[in-house]
Amino acid sequence: MSGFTAPEIAWGPTAPVLVVLLAAVLGVLVEAFVPVTRRRVVQLALTLASLAGALLAVAALWSDVERTGGTDVLGGSLVVDGPTLVLQATIALLALLSTLVFADRVAGGEDAFAPSAAAVPGSDYEELARRKGLRQTEVFPLLLFATGGMMLFPATTDLLTLFVALEVLSLPLYLLSGMGRRRRLLSQEASMKYFLLGAFVSAVMLFGIGLLYGYSGSLRYSDIAAATATPNGLEGLLVVGALLLLAGLFFKVGAVPFHMWTPDVYQGAPTPVTGFMAACTKVAAFGALLRVVYGMLPGMAWDLEVVLWVVAVLTMVVGTVAALVQTDVKRLLAYSSIAHAGFVLTGVVALRDSGITAVLFYLLAYGAATVGAFGLVSLVREQGTGDDDAPVVLGEATRLSQWAGLGRSHPVVAVTFTLFLLSFAGIPLTAGFVGKFAVFSAAVEGGAWQLALVGVLASAAAAFFYVRIIVLMFFTESHDTVEAGGDEVTAPLSPAAADGAATGQALAASAVATVEAERATRATVAGGEGLTVVAVAVCAALTVVLGVAPSPALDAIASVAVLLP
Amino acid sequence: MSNFPWLTALVVLPLVGAAVLWLLPAGARTRARTVALGFALAEVLLAVAAFTAFDVADAATHQLVETAPWIPALGVSWALGVDGVGLALIAMSVVLVPLVVLAAWREQGSTDGPTDRLRHYLALVLLLEAFIVLVFAARDVFLFYVVFEAMLIPVYFMIGAFGGAQRRYAAVKFLLYSLAGGLIMLVGVIALYLQGPGGREGFLVENLVGLELDPTTEKWLFLSFFLAFAIKAPMFPVHTWLPDAAQQAPAGTSTLLVGVLDKVGTFGMLTLCLPLFPAASRWAAPVVIVLAVVSVLYGALLAIGQKDMMRLVAYTSVSHFGFIVLGIFAFTSTSIAGSSFYMVNHGLSTGALFLLVGFLAARRGSQQIVDFGGLQKVVPVLAGLFLVVGLSALSLPGLSTFVSEFLVLVGTFPRHPAAAIAATLGVVLAAVYVLWLYQRVFTGPVRPELPAMADAGTRERWVIGPLVALMLVLGFLPGPALDLVRPPAQDSIAQLGVDDVQPTAEPPVADPAGTEGSDQ
Repeated sequence: MSGFTAPEIAWGPTAPVLVVLLAAVLGVLVEAFVPVTRRRVVQLALTLASLAGALLAVAALWSDVERTGGTDVLGGSLVVDGPTLVLQATIALLALLSTLVFADRVAGGEDAFAPSAAAVPGSDYEELARRKGLRQTEVFPLLLFATGGMMLFPATTDLLTLFVALEVLSLPLYLLSGMGRRRRLLSQEASMKYFLLGAFVSAVMLFGIGLLYGYSGSLRYSDIAAATATPNGLEGLLVVGALLLLAGLFFKVGAVPFHMWTPDVYQGAPTPVTGFMAACTKVAAFGALLRVVYGMLPGMAWDLEVVLWVVAVLTMVVGTVAALVQTDVKRLLAYSSIAHAGFVLTGVVALRDSGITAVLFYLLAYGAATVGAFGLVSLVREQGTGDDDAPVVLGEATRLSQWAGLGRSHPVVAVTFTLFLLSFAGIPLTAGFVGKFAVFSAAVEGGAWQLALVGVLASAAAAFFYVRIIVLMFFTESHDTVEAGGDEVTAPLSPAAADGAATGQALAASAVATVEAERATRATVAGGEGLTVVAVAVCAALTVVLGVAPSPALDAIASVAVLLP
Repeated sequence: MSNFPWLTALVVLPLVGAAVLWLLPAGARTRARTVALGFALAEVLLAVAAFTAFDVADAATHQLVETAPWIPALGVSWALGVDGVGLALIAMSVVLVPLVVLAAWREQGSTDGPTDRLRHYLALVLLLEAFIVLVFAARDVFLFYVVFEAMLIPVYFMIGAFGGAQRRYAAVKFLLYSLAGGLIMLVGVIALYLQGPGGREGFLVENLVGLELDPTTEKWLFLSFFLAFAIKAPMFPVHTWLPDAAQQAPAGTSTLLVGVLDKVGTFGMLTLCLPLFPAASRWAAPVVIVLAVVSVLYGALLAIGQKDMMRLVAYTSVSHFGFIVLGIFAFTSTSIAGSSFYMVNHGLSTGALFLLVGFLAARRGSQQIVDFGGLQKVVPVLAGLFLVVGLSALSLPGLSTFVSEFLVLVGTFPRHPAAAIAATLGVVLAAVYVLWLYQRVFTGPVRPELPAMADAGTRERWVIGPLVALMLVLGFLPGPALDLVRPPAQDSIAQLGVDDVQPTAEPPVADPAGTEGSDQ
């Protein structure tokens, strides 16, 4: 019995993850030791620096990986290859932008998070915390922990590490979801729902991992892949185990039928958190999914294809159809993100290398538009009147009807949001189009042209609800919207047409307006401290640049898009 | 000088114009009209210069060619170049734009108001112009597709933000219709690329022409492209978005939408469907021809029944597009040349018609025919212009539309006599809808409730005058224009391998009566 031999660890290639996780630990210490007045600044600086550091570390590793194809780390638990680096860079970049949205405060110093998340909603303690200006700066280390887990998630080639990474990324998100400053019960409900379902899915996934271990006697992807090559009479374990494992990953990407949590959590969570998890979780989970499907289960491609096809079609169709009837911006974007998961899946189904490039590019394009869109949502606020009739900025105006006329009152915000919507819709000259083109190309190339056809039809239907928001923002006056599910588009209510026929509707509209007047629902745009504006501007620039000149990004991704086993 | 990137310059100039308009400092915004008109006129001059660089004697080959890699990873290049047809259509579009700018001078609101609407409208017009030039000049299927879709967005805003009472409905209907067709085409584009040689220039049209496609694949690809173009054109039965869009859009938008944008559909059929999928085109031709004839007659009949002038003009266009498609799919060099020329003339004629209806509507505050009557005595100059333009819509000899319509019918007859005869009925129906419209609006007693109307002012005469002049010149001297469109037409016939279809290899023009039977 020889003693414990310390494993040989190549620290270099894990630098991007390590930087983030170390900074997160430091962030916890900051909470303990830095005076409360300076915490926010220190935390913000630490977070931004560590994420930028992660980006730099990826850049430093890039040329090596491009030359050698990548390395195993930690005895093969992690692999740092091209897709890992691309995904880590994407996650770090999107997390960096999300941090800016996290940190932004409107006039009066209120950010999106509860002054004291532990306080019972509506209690005296909460009110006291609010008046004292307490602040939960813990959100920054939480964000870093989640980001670290996400960056680890697509790099794992070992089921146990996969599970650990999943938990590291999920737990902070459960917490963050429940920390909304406004509509706290909704936020806590979202958190609870996310946690319960997430925990359940974790258990399911763990069970799947156990079955896979039982089948192959190993947790390594490569060993499992090798085991699938030779029948050993335990194929039942393999199939069930693989399906349970995939169920866990589908849950994380929000694919149908594991999507139920998405709209509630996206709506309830504080908007900066929603943007962060909508973008980054999806990137990470698709990275892991790619590795599982391409690296561990190529032997079962035939069986998996059916599953992936069904899930992809369902996801595109359900996401699109459900989004058509939404009346809340955040819920609408949630369902749209489900539909997008389906589009990405069409690229995964291709089961070939061009699919990897396509998926990686799509995730970048989608992530940029998502962070930007939710960043803008966090800026569009309800306007009320304070005690002295001075206008005060209230919570987010997420009801679609409140967005009417935004194009007139705040053209820059409306145009930028339109840009993101066009990118979601896949209109040419935006990043979303190139992404869609790439995944559909990969699908057609992989023989799945029917899937691509479903994809374009879903895109056409999806265009309707994106366009509906554009109609609301630009072609509708803020006062002539009737609060009704989905017929804003057809209601002939422009002032020019307000003849006798429209009087009835006008009356109805004014009745609604009276009811709503109590809550003072005029939408306005809160400038904040400019951090969100910066993030949104970067996202918009990315969306345009990746749409007009995607070559550099595509070439860079394609040059390293080979998964190591 | 031959290396100067004329086409890129033609694309960039209006883009710059749009950017300048959007970035105008607050003090200079009252000059938005002048700036827009200046850019539009400069574009005309640039187009004239490009014309001189174009060798008309060699109109069948793509000239003014530029090729640069754009997204090599996807096989996409920035490849521009025009043959005679493309150049003629670009010229027509470029001529229309300053007139549309002029027509929007007052109709689309002032420049000094709080909303500043006109400036945005003009910027959108210039943005659209850039896309129009690009789409007619694209030699890369991907580039064509990108522009084909991207140009929906400015039009969408031009209808949705500046149109009539139902503008939101019309704009959304337009966008979704076009997008649905376009996205189905996207699958075709991808599949076509994968059938081709691939590589860094895999989307270049010349690399995709003459592929040995599997017949079934070719048919599916053809259908995916054709559906998008048929929606765009618009052909029966996917035309229903057009009347709504044209009715609700401002006159200038309708002019560009129907006069120019819809040509992208027929242009695509001619320059993409035929050369890329020759066998499938031959396979589909009988059905397409039947649909085209139905479009001709159905559009004309519905036009007769319209109460709204804009809708009426829109339906006449459905009818005219039927002629164009008929000519393209009749597969004779005469009919294809006729269709190509028809595209130009239809832009001039329908554009003028939309603009005139716009002038009338601005005066009366209504587009309904019943709200007019006896205008001849009130606004004689407008009435005269309307009559001339209206007669061009029914293809009166002496006007350019006659030449093209005649060529289409003559070219179609030897191959499909029944279709040609049926389509000729469309000419008769055209006389009904034009003359009856004129009669109801301009003749008879002056309606007492009509407000006082000024006759066509100088600006309005400058808008319509050039169009009428062009139609007269091209009507009496169609030769130069036909020189542009004939060689590409013969080229198309050669690419189609049409001999297989027509065993009598006689050129149909030489002996129109020599072909027997209909293969419908």
